[in-house]
Amino acid sequence: MKSAEEIFEILKNEFGEAIISIEKDLPTEPIISINPFEIKKVCMFLRDNEELKFDSLMVLSGVDDANGEKIKDEDGTEIIKGGTLSVYYHLYSIPFKHKVTLKVSTPRENPQVESVESVWKCADWHEREAYDMFGIIFLNHPDLRRILMPYDWEAGYPLRKDYKNPEFYQGMKVPY
Amino acid sequence: MGLLDKEFSDGNIVITKVEDLFNWARLSSIWQLGFGLACCAIEMMATSASHYDFDRFGVIPRNTPRQADAIIISGTVTLKMALRIKRLYEQMPEPKYIISMGSCANCGGPYWEHGYHVLKGVDRVIPVDVYVPGCPPRPEALLEGLLKLQEKIRNESLMKKSV
Amino acid sequence: MALKTETMILNMGPQHPSTHGVLRLELELEGELIKNVKPHIGYLHRCFEKHAEAMTYPQVIPYTDRMDYLASMYNNFGYVLAVEKLLGIQVPERVEYIRVIMGELQRIASHLVAIGTYGLDIGAFTPFLYCFRDREKILSLFEMTCGARLLYNYMWIGGLSHDIHPDFVRLTKEFIKSFRPTIDELNYLLSYNKIFIERTANIGVLPLDTAINYGVTGPVLRGSGLAFDLRKNEPYSIYDRFDFDIPVGKGLMGTVGDCWDRYYVRVQEMEQSLRIIEQAIDQIPEGDVQAAIPKRIKPPKGTVYFRVENPRGELGYFIISDGSPNPFRVKVRAPSFVNLEVLGELCKGHLVADVVAILGSIDIVLGEVDR
Repeated sequence: MKSAEEIFEILKNEFGEAIISIEKDLPTEPIISINPFEIKKVCMFLRDNEELKFDSLMVLSGVDDANGEKIKDEDGTEIIKGGTLSVYYHLYSIPFKHKVTLKVSTPRENPQVESVESVWKCADWHEREAYDMFGIIFLNHPDLRRILMPYDWEAGYPLRKDYKNPEFYQGMKVPY
Repeated sequence: MGLLDKEFSDGNIVITKVEDLFNWARLSSIWQLGFGLACCAIEMMATSASHYDFDRFGVIPRNTPRQADAIIISGTVTLKMALRIKRLYEQMPEPKYIISMGSCANCGGPYWEHGYHVLKGVDRVIPVDVYVPGCPPRPEALLEGLLKLQEKIRNESLMKKSV
Repeated sequence: MALKTETMILNMGPQHPSTHGVLRLELELEGELIKNVKPHIGYLHRCFEKHAEAMTYPQVIPYTDRMDYLASMYNNFGYVLAVEKLLGIQVPERVEYIRVIMGELQRIASHLVAIGTYGLDIGAFTPFLYCFRDREKILSLFEMTCGARLLYNYMWIGGLSHDIHPDFVRLTKEFIKSFRPTIDELNYLLSYNKIFIERTANIGVLPLDTAINYGVTGPVLRGSGLAFDLRKNEPYSIYDRFDFDIPVGKGLMGTVGDCWDRYYVRVQEMEQSLRIIEQAIDQIPEGDVQAAIPKRIKPPKGTVYFRVENPRGELGYFIISDGSPNPFRVKVRAPSFVNLEVLGELCKGHLVADVVAILGSIDIVLGEVDR
């Protein structure tokens, strides 16, 4: 069983500046931040390395950090400019029983992250959901389209903090 | 009062109005389309099981809308599903009845405020006859809803269109 | 000269008697053989995560009930344990014991629905009625405790909403005594029935390394031979004090990892849950179930990921808190969402009628898949 700091050291030796930092003074678990375009190489290494063997991806979730500046649009609605969207990965190893949390951050205006679907197949639907809810584009994903919302939903990405509901959808009134 | 009150002396002849006969036949065998969406569907299944039997009222689940009299919308109706419900409703032959079961199908339920994908009440796409409140309604409440529907059918008329 | 052939696309639409809810499957067929299955979901997407950001921490608990509506005690359990880990509070012993008993009763009730509807899909109507009759007994125990039959809102952060009724222990012991013969009756009716075995053995075989790569958990993973159960591998609450086994699929009727194995793992798990309840019911200590509930719930800034063993698999809650009374982000890792991805792999090369058998053995709940 390895702790998060030891895993951070191993990754830093292997990949150098693709690994950005580790946040240690949180109440529950340390988080390792990684460059969004190198995440696939790092995950492939984490899965295949003999000492680490992270063979199961527990969850992959998109988060809207809401750390940009809030400005008011022409019609009085509040939108957020700047800031980041993040993706968190929680990994677990069945033979060795250790866990690690990874995080990547991308700019809000052009969110792009490398897809890890070729490493663990279960990331397929999780990434489609992150795209559907936040608009994060996963590069090299085999089939990136909406999964929970209707395929012709035009009104944006629902879980962003500045999302506004449309008035009508195909003839049905949406608000209460 | 029922049909058997008007028997003649030898017992095989009954005098009644045609309307009453049709209404009695329709309300005694309402065949429902088995359409469960969410948590209320489990209570509907429990109503059809042996503890709170649905079959003693003549209600049998059918699998296709073209052979069903009634549809029980049990569960939350989302925008994606509402278009399909409209199509199912149009596939049912007349006379047809809709029971809206549960808070979500009546008015959007607990998701009324922030649900961006929830249709706030199924009566925005199809006309509803009986609303059964509850989240989820107890099986006894659903049986009461069925009895109210039977009462509505009993008062229908062949000549005038019922609203 | 060669004949030109093409595959046919058949739609198993959102309204279908055997899809366990609103799921749409697009089948690509060559005659009766399946070449590809594409599931389309989202017909029950009820925006749980957006609601969780707008409510306070205790107000989210009724919404967690409604995700997996067949195991709502366990949904509450997972969320409450995650928030308690973030807050760092310790609940009284009485609360822990009652939570475990309620959780295991809920597991039995959920497996009864899974087995009953699986028999209904295959064509056997009687086990459905038998399973629902026993489920009514469990639901009346729950109703006596907290007043609701299906969606409870029972486990609160730091405690419970109501204490148990004085008759609860006696009635639960009567239930355990009357339920053991029912499992034997169910085996006799359904599990060793020749027609059932013909329809489920050697169908939908899931190899173990595919299962781990796809991230499946729960009875689906245990049916493929790996004894991985979060109650034993990463014990939470007080599960480490009880003595129970983890049933795995052994390929008794066919290959390891086929539909019969996954079904039989569920039947055996009901027996193990009875063992846990028997051990716990005699040891409930005295105490106050609402003593540790904090007046104001404002966790410190941070993230937590906590997972519990739902009847369907690993249910995980990823909560990000920014110090305010409302959560910043709640992400639910639903077991049925991940287990459903493996359907495309399992159905290749089988007949159309086997899709129903395979889908029933994975045991999904659409409220969880779509959240």
